[in-house]
Amino acid sequence: MRRGPGRLYAAPALFWLSVFFLAPLVIIVAYSFMTPGKRGGIEWKPTLDAYRAIANPTFLKVTLSTIVMAIGSTAITLLIAIPCGYYMARSKHQNLLLMLVMIPFWTNFLIRIYAWIAILGNEGFLNDILLATGLTTESIRFLYNRGAVMLVLVYTYLPYAILPLYSTIDKFDFALLEAARDLGATKLSAINRVLLPNIKGGILTAFLFTFIPIFGAYAVPLLVGGTESYMLGNLIADELTKSRDWPLASAISLVITLVTTVGVLLLLRANGAEVLGGSGGEERVIQEPAPVGGTR
Amino acid sequence: MKAAASNGGIMEYGGDKVQQVKGSDVVIEHVRKSFGDFKALDDVSVSIKKGEFFSLLGPSGCGKTTLLRIIAGFESPESGSVLLDGLDVLPLPPDGRHVNTVFQNYALFPHLSVFENVAFSMRLKRAPESAIKSRVEEYLQLVELQAHANKKPSQLSGGQKQRVAIARALINEPSVLLLDEPLSALDAKLRQHMLIELDAIHDKIGITFIYVTHDQQEALSVSDRIAVMNQGEVLQIGTPQEIYEAPATDFVAKFIGETNLYEADVLAVAGEMVDLRVEGLGTIKVTDIEPPPVGSRVSWTIRPEKIRIGFDEPRSARNGINAAQGLVDEPIYSGFQSKFYVKTPSGAVLKVIKQHADWSDEGPEIAWKDSVWLSFSAEDAYIVEVKR
Repeated sequence: MRRGPGRLYAAPALFWLSVFFLAPLVIIVAYSFMTPGKRGGIEWKPTLDAYRAIANPTFLKVTLSTIVMAIGSTAITLLIAIPCGYYMARSKHQNLLLMLVMIPFWTNFLIRIYAWIAILGNEGFLNDILLATGLTTESIRFLYNRGAVMLVLVYTYLPYAILPLYSTIDKFDFALLEAARDLGATKLSAINRVLLPNIKGGILTAFLFTFIPIFGAYAVPLLVGGTESYMLGNLIADELTKSRDWPLASAISLVITLVTTVGVLLLLRANGAEVLGGSGGEERVIQEPAPVGGTR
Repeated sequence: MKAAASNGGIMEYGGDKVQQVKGSDVVIEHVRKSFGDFKALDDVSVSIKKGEFFSLLGPSGCGKTTLLRIIAGFESPESGSVLLDGLDVLPLPPDGRHVNTVFQNYALFPHLSVFENVAFSMRLKRAPESAIKSRVEEYLQLVELQAHANKKPSQLSGGQKQRVAIARALINEPSVLLLDEPLSALDAKLRQHMLIELDAIHDKIGITFIYVTHDQQEALSVSDRIAVMNQGEVLQIGTPQEIYEAPATDFVAKFIGETNLYEADVLAVAGEMVDLRVEGLGTIKVTDIEPPPVGSRVSWTIRPEKIRIGFDEPRSARNGINAAQGLVDEPIYSGFQSKFYVKTPSGAVLKVIKQHADWSDEGPEIAWKDSVWLSFSAEDAYIVEVKR
């Protein structure tokens, strides 16, 4: 660690983080221990009511279904993203493919969700095709269930998984796969024993980039989900705007923060102890050391 | 043969030389392979004997690595066949061939220790733990890396990585070991050393080695036979001596070692003795077993170390001694030998290499602008190609 002016240079970042991250966090923690105000807001009377309210079965059910939804969507996202990243890394048209992955970012997130509604709706594009080709006689209800939420979540966060995976796989020395085949590995075991362990860092990053935002998803379940696909994000919004119970909304937010933080720390510890210690460790998660002798 | 071990000691490989020949015959027949418009291999046929140390030698892009990758199973040819002991292996995937490869940049698995790298193929076969341990140790011992078993590849030097790659490829007991420019990433000294070790390992294991290199010195020093390749074709197959002493084409003559290669017209033929008219040198005598007819245009060669250089006019009384006078254009001193570029009065330039003998034999030093006599025997000069 260098001393002296280095700290001065860090001051703006420190200021930024304290004002826009730490301060709100402190406010939320404080609110969660207060009494709800009559029309929203809080009264400065300390109580644990919010945490007692959390213990009710509805909340636990939504938490559980949020965890299931987040793990499920993240798993599907990774299963799609790994082959995509692999293909992009081996392709001759890397820049074109990269651009295709980025293009969705040019359109507003909400507009893209509404586009899905236009595609999947009862009188949507997909049903029009199915009816026109005679594959079905009446329109199918694709929207407002868990499946629709999962589909749109996977669609939304796929680029966030593909990009770190692509950048890791791009540094992978593909001669290692040939070496594995040469030593008697089938295509599948070469991938399991050589490719996956060597792109672990990228998989972990992709997992975090998708799991954390999906766990706190709000707009997607609101717009394409039904009551069964209610997630914690929607619960917070309801408490904040409909029930006007700000302390409860704060307490639920803290639960999300806690679950993801603990989960991430456990995951990092299990997958790369060196990540937690040492300077520049965070970068090491994303960028695995270049493969030995890889002078591509 | 002795090979110095890297960790200080001297290890004798030669003592336990295996006499019996193992490995497989490798027969490559009429193999063709193109990448787009580029013909990587154009009707290549090579027949490699059991237990041979066989080199594929040529400049980069000549197709040697493609041929190796076809034998390993990483590429498939458009036509032709590759037979291992008479069995066509082309339909088999890489993991189905009893062939292993030492890759150019080692391709060691960075996430695995040296031990696990070597154990990789045995783990795939689900061999029992005790068998894995004893076999891996045996092969680590072969390459003298027992002390480094628990290190990761990134902690090893280039030479050590190379040896892990060799042990990893050999533990499978392949019948053919393919080596793809295995020494190209090492520095010159280490390369010499590893070359001797490779040769010793070949003597000990006794299987067929197919060695791809662009370095003619490497190929000459270890191979039983060499196939010289250029532009997707095999130009000549022979022992190192045959390749060096009797190159089949101009390319082989120029690619292997240093040489003087000139074109000339055939003036007269008497038995195996041929008189040539060479621009800038006048009439010289060369030998050829099957002399071309008088009037042919030919290329002929004389190796620079076979030309004598001195201040005195050679006594050319004996028939078949060629002599010429010239000026030293450029002397290049390199310790054990000196190279001279000598220009004749009519403009031809001959390369001459003089080995430095002991002081009493040396004679006066030859320097820049000295007028010297060159002489060589007709038996050392021969016709390479008949042009027309």
